[in-house]
Amino acid sequence: MNVQDTKGYKIISAWLEAKGFRPFSFQEATWQHITEKESGLVNAPTGCGKTFSVLLGALIHFINQQGDNYKKVKNSGLQLLWITPLRALAKDIGRAMEEVITELGIQWKIGIRNGDTNTTERANQKKQMPEVLIITPESLHLLLAQKSYPDIFRHLEIIAVDEWHELLGSKRGVQVELALSRIINCQWKLANKKPSVWGISATIGNLAEAQEVLLSPLDIKGVTIKANLQKQIEVESIFPDEIEKYPWAGHLGIKLAKKLIPIIQKSKTTLIFINTRGMSETWYQTLLDVCPDLAGSIALHHSSIDRELRTWIEENLHSGNLKAVVCTASLDLGVDFRPVETVIQVGSPKGVARFLQRAGRSGHSPDAVSKIYFLPTHSLELMEAAALKSAVSENMIESRPPMILCYDVLLQYMNTIAISDGFRSEETYREVVSTFCYKDLSLDEWQHMLHFITEGGNAMQQYDDFKKVELTDGIYKINSRKVAMRHRMHIGTIVSDAMLKVKFMTGGYVGVIEEYFISRLDPGDVFTLAGRNLEFVMIKDMTVLVRKSNAKKSIVPSWTGGRMPLSANLGKKLRQMLDITAMQNKLSNNDELNALWPLFNLQKQLSHVPNENELLIEHIETKDGFHLFVYPFEGRLVHEAMAAILAWRISRIRPITFSFVMNDYGFELLSDQPIPVDDTNVYELFSPDDLLNDIQRSVNSTEMAKRKFRDIAVIGGLIFQGMPGEKKKARHLQSSASLLFNVFNEYDPQNLLLRQSYQEVLDQQMEESRLRDMLERIQHSDIIIKFPEQLTPFCFPIKVDSMREDLSSEKLEDRVKRMQQQLESS
Amino acid sequence: MIKPIHLALYLPASMQNPVPHIIHDQIFWITPERCIFWEEENTLIVADLHLGKTGHFRKAGIAVPQSIYKADLQRLMAMLYLFKAERLIVVGDFTHSTANKELELFLKWRKDFSALQIDLVKGNHDILEDAWYKEANVILHEWELLINGYLFKHEDKRYKRPEVENAKYTFSGHLHPGFKLKGQGKQSLKFPCYFFGKYHCILPAFSRFTGTFLVEPKKGDVVYAITGAELLKIG
Repeated sequence: MNVQDTKGYKIISAWLEAKGFRPFSFQEATWQHITEKESGLVNAPTGCGKTFSVLLGALIHFINQQGDNYKKVKNSGLQLLWITPLRALAKDIGRAMEEVITELGIQWKIGIRNGDTNTTERANQKKQMPEVLIITPESLHLLLAQKSYPDIFRHLEIIAVDEWHELLGSKRGVQVELALSRIINCQWKLANKKPSVWGISATIGNLAEAQEVLLSPLDIKGVTIKANLQKQIEVESIFPDEIEKYPWAGHLGIKLAKKLIPIIQKSKTTLIFINTRGMSETWYQTLLDVCPDLAGSIALHHSSIDRELRTWIEENLHSGNLKAVVCTASLDLGVDFRPVETVIQVGSPKGVARFLQRAGRSGHSPDAVSKIYFLPTHSLELMEAAALKSAVSENMIESRPPMILCYDVLLQYMNTIAISDGFRSEETYREVVSTFCYKDLSLDEWQHMLHFITEGGNAMQQYDDFKKVELTDGIYKINSRKVAMRHRMHIGTIVSDAMLKVKFMTGGYVGVIEEYFISRLDPGDVFTLAGRNLEFVMIKDMTVLVRKSNAKKSIVPSWTGGRMPLSANLGKKLRQMLDITAMQNKLSNNDELNALWPLFNLQKQLSHVPNENELLIEHIETKDGFHLFVYPFEGRLVHEAMAAILAWRISRIRPITFSFVMNDYGFELLSDQPIPVDDTNVYELFSPDDLLNDIQRSVNSTEMAKRKFRDIAVIGGLIFQGMPGEKKKARHLQSSASLLFNVFNEYDPQNLLLRQSYQEVLDQQMEESRLRDMLERIQHSDIIIKFPEQLTPFCFPIKVDSMREDLSSEKLEDRVKRMQQQLESS
Repeated sequence: MIKPIHLALYLPASMQNPVPHIIHDQIFWITPERCIFWEEENTLIVADLHLGKTGHFRKAGIAVPQSIYKADLQRLMAMLYLFKAERLIVVGDFTHSTANKELELFLKWRKDFSALQIDLVKGNHDILEDAWYKEANVILHEWELLINGYLFKHEDKRYKRPEVENAKYTFSGHLHPGFKLKGQGKQSLKFPCYFFGKYHCILPAFSRFTGTFLVEPKKGDVVYAITGAELLKIG
């Protein structure tokens, strides 16, 4: 039946028309498929009515089922489950839904369930579920930890997964997969029917795979609906007055700060995206120094800033009271800020998808143009602007590979469903392997995991009182209330560092800061947080007490994380940009490459500019020793692994030791003796043969795995973090992740969680498949080996990075200046 | 039940020979197995055994491999055999928490060493009923133990205030001292260690299921870092 002929459609479209809207064709297509009880994926950019595509579809379906009674039917039970990655989004979507339902006169209730939902509300929901429940993946798992949860899903018609592209590729996505498999089977057992599943996703490289992952528990292919609404994006680079022929990272940007002032002033509201929290603090200060008039109308937003303050900033973004906000990835996602007209990206966004997402934060309506400025932090980054423009025009967006076999998430999930009604091994195994993540989970591994949660792995039976999940009458269940309560506190897959609140002596919160940063400070030290200079006084009751400071100098916390590698797509585009430069002798018609001409020209004179099918290697001798620079443009993680492997392979030719440094464009090996790499052996050195073995021999994967193990151990329930609000933690149950890692490594090397940490190192830390792709590519390209007499523009930023480790920032700046002068005069 | 087996089965094949450390006129043998043998008194000195710690975790549903506890006991036994020690002094934290089944294994083990005298200077973790120590044939010392002018206690606060002198040389534990060895680049490795000040020695925690607290030796202090089966003397 054509959806246009249904009663539901007529009511909804009349409602839309009264508001002056017409449904987009992708919305109508979605409605059609929803009324036919199909499942699928809606691909639409934000701000294009994707919420309505599924919500109105659900309402049409409901009206069609109820007929003339649709305004009278009450307490229909949960009809629509709306999974969203962000708490902030829940409120916004809830409001929008409330509006539709009230105006249509339908007796539906909208409930929100996340960490902020209070206990009264929860209890009410337990008594009578609202028809729509908006929920985060974590809260959904908490729902599965509730007694007799299957009843909730008896009448469920549609499960919508919003921003699926954000969840896919993370452990939260795996949580969604598991919850879907559970809910679908609950309903099948209770009512012999299955709900529809609809994903909503922005464009990513592997959209088809995204759909496959989502619908895997239903075992169907489903439909794909594309909005085909092209968002117009305008990219403009901010050019330095003079191009440095010897660029180095991090210093040019601040100098260009004054060029941002006119942009900020002429635009209603501007978002300025900075890659790291530390740099965002510096930028906020600099903008205020350059233009004191901005005081009061500019704010700083990052994840370490007090939540209340962040909410205040977000509200003022909404109302258009702020002229500009300096922010990090903390504002990548979230509700639409309509007043935002302009976005500025400082430094490399590292990937096309992220750049597009940030650009999309401006001009937030379907037909508005998104305007984004790109401000390079060193001159070579201008090339990235050119690459991004080209990638955007070709819609070359990165993939989000889904995660596979996350034992930690599965262990947590098994405990979760053991708290509520318990589970049967065979049934749950069948359910778990219906998900994409665990489709290759062997029965053996499953038994291993059951053994782990019931017996605690191998133990001395007689002398053991391990107790967690108990098996009675074929049902795996947690009976201890204490264990259950503790597990509930730990449901989730986002593991953050131990954070301490920062508070003034006189009262008033500033924000939060990592424990390890504060542990390195002495009382009297001054640091910067939330744009303020603060003097550290003491730590009391898990709170850092500070007072205001007028000191000129302060320490900007360097936060871990935030060092994303350049994406494969952007790397490829960069190589294409070089290709354009290498092929043409004179200026191209590309502004950025044009501006970089003096730099490329010098690079050509001294060495070579590689085209797309070439890999450039430079041998350079300086008073520091013998350098080997290699430029694969594959991002720092791949370069780090490659540098270690190359060093290992060279050392087999001749015993030799190296130190190495890398950035997103290339890497350097440095030795005190000549490095034996030449035409005769270079292809062999970059061979993909025996890669896995060479990785294991060369890279300190144990240390890397130890770092990965921390999150895995927390998710898998091996680390007890204490109850919230507990002043004194249960110290006798605490152990550090690194200690546990050593214990397992030595005494239980077959442990699945331990194996997972090594696998994650290979997949994520080394990007093994990308490393392999790169080596295959290099085998088919020309390797150009050059022997420049002096440092080249390409190698300079890497060289500066290698000095950064031993020098303070001022000394570094002096020394770099001297080097630049020497090189340019020679 | 664990029967006495030949020593070689328990010792790491490559364990370095113990190193003599002379304090006043007495010889103390430092071993890579986290214990000290006092030659003149024929006594083995250990700190922070934390017996039953894995059991305590496991009781709470945290599946730490129990083999680490078994290995700890076996190491202790191997050391007692190696030195043919007649006495064992534990400077605190003999057990980890309340009683659990793992401690029953210790009681069984104890019977094989009935001739051994065990002295325990109580530490903050030693919270079992007196009856348990009686059954385990362990002599309790509430605060400290003085033998031949050498003092044994659990926590020696002088690590923080080394300027405070004490006529008696003191052996203590509690801190779980560790030492960070810095390598090239930004690499560094952490090892458990012995810390010898002018008037006091802090022992590494005997149990392998313990973390470390980094110490920074000053001039005149000596540190023995335990790098696997070997000792590295610093200072």
